[in-house]
Amino acid sequence: MSSVAVIDYGMGNLHSVAKALEHVMPGVEVMVTADPEKVRSADRVLLPGVGAIRDCMAEIRRLGVDKEVAEAIASGKPFLGICVGYQALMQRSEENGGVDCLGHFEGTVRFFGDDLKERDGERLKVPHMGWNEVHQNFDHPLWHGIDDGSRFYFVHSYYVDAVEKQRVAGNCHYGVDFDVAIARDNVFATQFHPEKSHTVGLQLLKNFLNWDGKP
Amino acid sequence: MALAKRIIPCLDVENGRVVKGVQFVDIRDAGDPVEVAKRYDEQGADEITFLDITATHEGRDTMVHTVERMASQVFIPLTVGGGIRTVDDIRTMLNAGADKVSINSAAVFNPDFVREAAEKFGSQCIVVAIDAKKVSQPGEADRWEIFTHGGRKPTGIDAVEWAKKMVKLGAGEILLTSMDQDGVKNGYDLGVTRAISEAVNVPVIASGGVGNLDHLVAGCIEGKADAVLAASIFHFNEYSIPEAKQYMKEHGIEVRL
Repeated sequence: MSSVAVIDYGMGNLHSVAKALEHVMPGVEVMVTADPEKVRSADRVLLPGVGAIRDCMAEIRRLGVDKEVAEAIASGKPFLGICVGYQALMQRSEENGGVDCLGHFEGTVRFFGDDLKERDGERLKVPHMGWNEVHQNFDHPLWHGIDDGSRFYFVHSYYVDAVEKQRVAGNCHYGVDFDVAIARDNVFATQFHPEKSHTVGLQLLKNFLNWDGKP
Repeated sequence: MALAKRIIPCLDVENGRVVKGVQFVDIRDAGDPVEVAKRYDEQGADEITFLDITATHEGRDTMVHTVERMASQVFIPLTVGGGIRTVDDIRTMLNAGADKVSINSAAVFNPDFVREAAEKFGSQCIVVAIDAKKVSQPGEADRWEIFTHGGRKPTGIDAVEWAKKMVKLGAGEILLTSMDQDGVKNGYDLGVTRAISEAVNVPVIASGGVGNLDHLVAGCIEGKADAVLAASIFHFNEYSIPEAKQYMKEHGIEVRL
């Protein structure tokens, strides 16, 4: 039976993602941990995260999670980043006055702004909170069984602007078009919360648990 | 296409059971909270809110277990409110599986608690609940005040100014209940809903007074709410969530179907 390490660096509610993984694959071993040995032993690695990026990055570095993430990505085992765990893979975030991130993907995490407007002039609230449509840019094992344009649950005030657009697996529109999923080799990461996105989100987690890490 | 307006069924939970009162009295039993939440989840609710109206310590422990049970079976966002007074209360609920907590009276007694909570857990999980009542006389400019203790105690605080202050302190969302309307099924107080929604830059959930599907539509369009919360119309099967969403869609509102 396969095992998943959900990396615990003290930020946010890991209960939800652990429960969702157990729900989609009864019997899967879910380890909520920051122990490098356990992360190394797991078949798959999931990097979650909510909250402010400065605090997240500080904890990631303090606990050595940066090295665990680099090792997991290099190992070729399936790796999934969620929300701040996606943003942390970029080079840099504008949040908290500018924070250096892990740099596994070229790109910047930008603020939606205090004056976000839709094309028709409608004022948009920030955070971007709720269910929005995700458009898939290419076929990927993690999209299997999920209709293009399905709505996923988001809650965030900063968004990823990736440099290598050919790696952007999904887009969303909220005042601006932004990159909500990225994929390269054994790595997939999403801005939305699959663990809170009902049927489509559970399908994505199931796909992750069945994924061999090949695109 | 755009972000969908959310429909949020609200479960008032007392000692492990869903109850629903009319203007906060006259309680009717509406079932096991986890069973009710599962039914709404299957029907396509966009979020679930549990309001713990238990007064006792034992009741609070029951609530934590209810949240744990719910979180292992329902995979949409869950907000828990009622009796959230300390950072430990928040941590307990988040660890049990809540995604957001709703702070009400504690914010009025100690506004700094909102800042402390937002700094510790992030604004995305801090909802401030505001119970507002119209206090202006006919002919005067509209004015609403916030009330505490289930709508019984006036505070003298202006509701719109209060909402702005709460957002400044770190509230990520406002749950606005109009007390005149709650449970009487005449629709949301659209005036205060719109006034607060236009005054703040975070999502506003309209609550209090839904009696039919037109009220949900009006809450989104005239009230400019980002989400609409209702209880009794769903609990007692007057309407289902899909019916509500279909109706909203027919009225030009973006929903998740």
